[in-house]
Amino acid sequence: MADSNISVQGYIKHHLTDLTIGEGFWAINLGALGWSLFLGSLFIISFAWVGRKATTGVPGKFQCMVEMIIEFVGSSVKETFHVKDKLIAPIALTIFMWIFLMNLMKLVPVDWFPTVAGMAGLAFNSGSLPEYAAEYGFLERVMAHPWSYLKIAPTTDVNITMGMALGVFILILGYSIYYKGLGGFAKELATTPFNHWALAPFNLVLELVTLLAKPISLGLRLFGNLYAGEVIFLLIALVGLGQLPLHFAWAVFHILVIVLQAFIFMMLTIVYLSMAAEKH
Amino acid sequence: MDINATLIGQSIAMAVFVWFTLKFVWPPINAAIEERQKKIAEGLAHTDRAEKDLHIAQDKAKDILRDAKEQAAAIIEQARKREGKMIDEATSKANEERDHILTQARAEVDAERSRLREDLRKQVAALAVAGAERILQREIDDAAHSDILEKLVQEL
Repeated sequence: MADSNISVQGYIKHHLTDLTIGEGFWAINLGALGWSLFLGSLFIISFAWVGRKATTGVPGKFQCMVEMIIEFVGSSVKETFHVKDKLIAPIALTIFMWIFLMNLMKLVPVDWFPTVAGMAGLAFNSGSLPEYAAEYGFLERVMAHPWSYLKIAPTTDVNITMGMALGVFILILGYSIYYKGLGGFAKELATTPFNHWALAPFNLVLELVTLLAKPISLGLRLFGNLYAGEVIFLLIALVGLGQLPLHFAWAVFHILVIVLQAFIFMMLTIVYLSMAAEKH
Repeated sequence: MDINATLIGQSIAMAVFVWFTLKFVWPPINAAIEERQKKIAEGLAHTDRAEKDLHIAQDKAKDILRDAKEQAAAIIEQARKREGKMIDEATSKANEERDHILTQARAEVDAERSRLREDLRKQVAALAVAGAERILQREIDDAAHSDILEKLVQEL
């Protein structure tokens, strides 16, 4: 889509900007959040459907797949999280499947969804086409329509990954307080790594940094990996016809990244929560 | 790419999805998996037991077969013994019979012989008497011997 009318910067910027509604902090990234909600719903509805129809006899193929995922998540949890807890496995499953599906959207070629969304925008909501684009050709008008800014890969949006990291952070706090008590949690923050009353403030600062570093690193790792991958996809898309083998190679490589990043996010969540739940 | 309310929305969505998974996704599927695992374990245990039973049955069959073979051998042995005995018995009986027949035949032959001898003796005596008569007739003289004859007649 490296057209003469669209500069390289403009093209990349177009793809990395999401359609937002609202102003300032209270803006909502419609594409990212919409796809995120859609994919999460897809996950829970399809899995709940399997759960309702689950047979203990010979399972169907979809049930088999779902059960394989559940077993995989369950064994990962069992290996890492040694305290008995019935919430941890559903958390891990939700995180894994949801992030996996959101990452999966990156395999959709970068221009497909914006083009389709922009066409739909022109067809159903031509009023919101910017005035400067009125004289453009069809494809330029499609790409100028605000709907074409809808992002399809939610995990390339830092809000999505940090939102999930925030959820994990709240879970860490909740698990710490639930398993150690408020006093126990405070004591742990104040007495590690140096167990001396005089060093309590120093410990507190150190531990708070550690605590905050967990969700930040969790969210930024996922975002960084996926965002960088997206940028590479965009750069490849600018190459022209030569993009086909490159795009293929990068997409194949991304199949690994998609699963791996979902797995890493899930595993680190389990590890952080097990650290929060276990007494040291 | 600013931090905005999307983050909060995503966190809320996460809470809802986790709750939903906790309530409606994980328990039924996990229960189904565990149920099936139990079934499979039971099936495997069943198979083990069946295999053991099969081994026991095979051993038992082997024992029975061996017993049957032994019995058959014993029966054959017995039959063979009885056969020998029967042959012996038959032989001795036949011998007895033969002896009996022989003695009888011998006795008959003896009797016949003695009878024949008696006959012969009688005939010889008659011949002798006849010969003697002929000789005597030629020699006899009625006159000379009439007294003897008369004596005989008188004695009659």
